[in-house]
Amino acid sequence: MRNVLPVLTVTACLIALWYAAVVPMNQQWAQDQARRAGQDLSFSALVADTMSQQRPRLPAPHQVAQELWNSTVVEEMTGRRGFMNTGSLSNRSLIYHGWVTLSATLLGFAIGSALGIALAVGIVHNRAMDASVMPWAIASQTIPILAIAPMIIVVLNAVGITGLIPKAIISTYLSFFPVVVGMVKGLRAPDQMQLDLMKTYSASGGQVFAKLRWPSAMPYLFASLKVAIAAALVGAIVAELPTGAVAGLGARLLSGSYYGQTVQIWSALFAAAILAASMVALIGLIQRVTLKRMGMAA
Amino acid sequence: MRDTTTAPVISAQALNLTFQTGDGPVHALKDVTLDIAKGEFVSFIGPSGCGKTTFLRVIADLEQPTSGTITVNGMSPEAARMARAYGYVFQAAGLYPWRTIAGNVKLPLEIMGYSKADQAARVEKVLELVELSGFARKFPWQLSGGMQQRASIARALAFDADILLMDEPFGALDEIVRDRLNEQLLALWARTEKTIGFVTHSIPEAVYLSTKIVVMSPRPGRITDVIDSPLPRVRPLEIRDSPEFIEIAHRVREGLRAGHLDD
Repeated sequence: MRNVLPVLTVTACLIALWYAAVVPMNQQWAQDQARRAGQDLSFSALVADTMSQQRPRLPAPHQVAQELWNSTVVEEMTGRRGFMNTGSLSNRSLIYHGWVTLSATLLGFAIGSALGIALAVGIVHNRAMDASVMPWAIASQTIPILAIAPMIIVVLNAVGITGLIPKAIISTYLSFFPVVVGMVKGLRAPDQMQLDLMKTYSASGGQVFAKLRWPSAMPYLFASLKVAIAAALVGAIVAELPTGAVAGLGARLLSGSYYGQTVQIWSALFAAAILAASMVALIGLIQRVTLKRMGMAA
Repeated sequence: MRDTTTAPVISAQALNLTFQTGDGPVHALKDVTLDIAKGEFVSFIGPSGCGKTTFLRVIADLEQPTSGTITVNGMSPEAARMARAYGYVFQAAGLYPWRTIAGNVKLPLEIMGYSKADQAARVEKVLELVELSGFARKFPWQLSGGMQQRASIARALAFDADILLMDEPFGALDEIVRDRLNEQLLALWARTEKTIGFVTHSIPEAVYLSTKIVVMSPRPGRITDVIDSPLPRVRPLEIRDSPEFIEIAHRVREGLRAGHLDD
């Protein structure tokens, strides 16, 4: 709990800086409006205007918070297409779009983590894979995801695969890498003495893996899963951009930029950030519980 | 075919081992010939690089000799290792931090496929043997260094191999703890009648514990003296002040010095 105060302080400072930036960023439009109306703009009127524009260059924090609230709770509770009135999520709410992105993220993260662990096991146990896989894994991450994402979408679309799977594949593409790197390191964490000990028991390769390498790798696994799930979310959002902005947080970002809806863009950004933070926190919780049960309180 | 009842448990003939390093070959063992009988407590003493740990690792099939022959229980070291003929205690306790003390002691038993009931019974027995009965559910970090090392000895004893190989097990511990553990080790040896191979840097430790002291010297690693101790098997700590003890310690020291004069 003693961590809360510094975090709140930093957050308060950031919000203050943000508010301070809102006035100069949006004043041009406010002054143009006043000049056309032939009015003089007092400073207080300027501040009030820059904080409440329809399409500000930089929306004020309370506008973003208001939009987040309206496009989640209010929309679902009272909206014509909201959950309360129709029994299904409204396609105008961030809950709906967040879920679309989240489902692709989770699927991609699951596949990516499994693939990453499998590759790491291969690299640690097989000399040929050790020499060949890692350079390719690194090369895969040097290709800009923005360049390769539309290709994957288009190719998969051509063979009739649309919707969740192509997005999940792009999430996989980004999320397997930290898991490979972390797990190779983790599975190699046991020192020579511990491996010798296993040899004196004539332990099989499978036993060495299950009893020594896998438990040793646990702290590394959780650290890389945290990176991987954030990367998976980025992958899912990027994957939504070339699909024509149908659904998902990426679609909200894209349609927001089409129509100059900066408040919508920012609230989608914050929704993504909150989603990522919650998922990382969830993995952190699982990590704490697991390591505590293993006697390795982190 | 030799009679197995009197045949040595460990028998090395003209053993050589050369490591290839970046600075050229290192002769870790040269013409090592040694027989160890059943129930003996054999210490290997010598300065760093004399090959005492290497010899122990050859017995354990953790290193391969370049030439010469060695048998353990009449088998090759590899066959002996596969038959789980020995327990090995390393310099560091090397307990798994994610397992309790009981879980650590159980590790070899799980690997060797003992039944659950047998595992529990054996864990209880060996923890009692090393006087750690009350600590079964503690994690390693909750124990002192000496207790951790005792737990690692219990782990090596759990599957009841006839041979116990110990590589400077008490090297990292202070003198007082070491004395206590030496006493306990002798009591344990008397009770279990195991054959023990023990690597150490310490002359008093070697003389106090052993029925046979093997003095080694470096470059190349070789045996310079083998001393059969006349001390009785039952040894109170005070025996270290007796003339016999001091005489053996003197001979060990002479042997170590002679090895160094060759440099």
